[in-house]
Amino acid sequence: MDGMQAALKPYVAVEGISRSFPGLTVFQDVWFGVNPGEFVCLVGHSGCGKTTILNILAGLDVPSSGTVVVDGREIDGPSLDRAVIFQGHALMPWLSAEQNVAFALGCRHPSWGRAKLREAAREALGKVGLAAAAERKPSQLSGGMKQRVGIARALAINPKMLLMDEPFSALDALTRGSLQEEVSRLVTELGQTAFMITHDVDEAILLADRILLMTNGPEARIAEVVINTLPKPRIRATLHHQPGYHELRDHIMDFLITRSRTLAGKAPDGWDAKRPPEVRPAG
Amino acid sequence: MGAQVPFWRAALLSFLILAALLGAWEIAVKGNAGPSAPTVDPELAALLSPAAAAGGQTAMPAPSDIAVRLYELLRDPFHQRGTNDQGIGIQIAWSLWRVLAGFALAMLVAIPLGFVIGMSPLLNAALNPFIQVLRPVSPLAWMPLALYTIKDSSISSIFVIFICSVWPMLLNTAFGVASVRREWLNVARTLEAGRWRTAMRVILPAAAPTILTGMRISIGIAWLVIVAAEMLVGGTGIGYWVWNQWNNLSIADIVIAILMIGLVGLALDRLLGLLARAVAWQE
Repeated sequence: MDGMQAALKPYVAVEGISRSFPGLTVFQDVWFGVNPGEFVCLVGHSGCGKTTILNILAGLDVPSSGTVVVDGREIDGPSLDRAVIFQGHALMPWLSAEQNVAFALGCRHPSWGRAKLREAAREALGKVGLAAAAERKPSQLSGGMKQRVGIARALAINPKMLLMDEPFSALDALTRGSLQEEVSRLVTELGQTAFMITHDVDEAILLADRILLMTNGPEARIAEVVINTLPKPRIRATLHHQPGYHELRDHIMDFLITRSRTLAGKAPDGWDAKRPPEVRPAG
Repeated sequence: MGAQVPFWRAALLSFLILAALLGAWEIAVKGNAGPSAPTVDPELAALLSPAAAAGGQTAMPAPSDIAVRLYELLRDPFHQRGTNDQGIGIQIAWSLWRVLAGFALAMLVAIPLGFVIGMSPLLNAALNPFIQVLRPVSPLAWMPLALYTIKDSSISSIFVIFICSVWPMLLNTAFGVASVRREWLNVARTLEAGRWRTAMRVILPAAAPTILTGMRISIGIAWLVIVAAEMLVGGTGIGYWVWNQWNNLSIADIVIAILMIGLVGLALDRLLGLLARAVAWQE
């Protein structure tokens, strides 16, 4: 694996970032990369700084130390190349679904005229099955539909990377399931590089190629990298019948329930933060 | 409360209350005017309205007298026969012009300045003491200073309108801008929307309902203040007209002026209410 990682030039390289306040280190010495076309999930409990890490990748926040290199250049702020799907849908309530997407498109393509933006926004909404609701305001959409608009807005600008901050956590289980499949399909179709934060284990197994497990904060760190070897495309309805699924799930659950706690705090001697152990529970 | 009342029932009740009030007024004024000898001093009576001089006990006109007078005034509301005899329509137009001019100037200052204050916590803190001290000052207290520096009574009343309508708009704009949701600003940042685009396409629509509330308060205050200001400076305007009719002891005209001031104030408020509804959004 080492050889393969060295061969692939990661699109994003997170190099030893930390976030600390006087007297408190939330997370430290976090290293990881996201390869082109790869889907990486970061799993951990609340308070380990997951959202901060995502915001740093988005350019909305800066680390206390360390750097993030994207496409060979250090991040110096937000970029259209890294689209964010926010936890709350973050749609602008005075704009219709179509106008919300068109706003993003207008930022990406300042030269486009109104008609062209409209057409492209319709097309993007069509891809998430919302063509019929384009004229509606967010207040007239259900929670799942709002998040679909958020997804359409992020994908419409053809980002090089998709950043998702627990995008489905506010939705009911049924809606969440269908949206996860939708995202899985879209990301696979587009070969989209993606980074997602979640605390939903099944979501991580369904979507991710690699799952980064974080210990509890303070002084959180990436304790382990789980390689998801389950074959793709993964279908939610049959995923749990896949050989290796339960081993994978149990491994992550065990980590979240006990090891995230017992491993928390200072790293053991000889710990190499740049290469946390990789495991393949699904074989 | 709560249950919807049919419109016609409320309207009918309103009409009945109005009829009862006017009826009682009519009887109170006319009923006392018996055939007995006049108790009013003839010299005073000569100064009063013809009705009083003819032996009525009171100079207070009955609603029917007012209606007749209203008809006379409204038959030719825009006549101009010298400086002291101009139609009531002309007077209201003068007042409206001053209010709108002062209000527009206040908008030009308050909305951009409010924007800046709302975006910059430093400026907000620095300007706050000035605003807090100047805001509670009665706008009429500025009048002598305005007359002394501007040396033009009409422009001075416009200045007084400006100074009284600037505060609610300034404070509401600053508040509205400062409380724009972080997540919408983050959306704009990740889309690299730029300062101007963010201000016009995100902050302005987000703060618009709050700004409109400030404008609505301002126009109400401005319309209150113009009457007093015109009473002070004289010349033209509905406030001057009221004072003039007081000097003429034409009580009917004063009652009519009160009615007109109320109706115009209502119209101004409704106008801004419509505007507020147009920019309102719902989460």
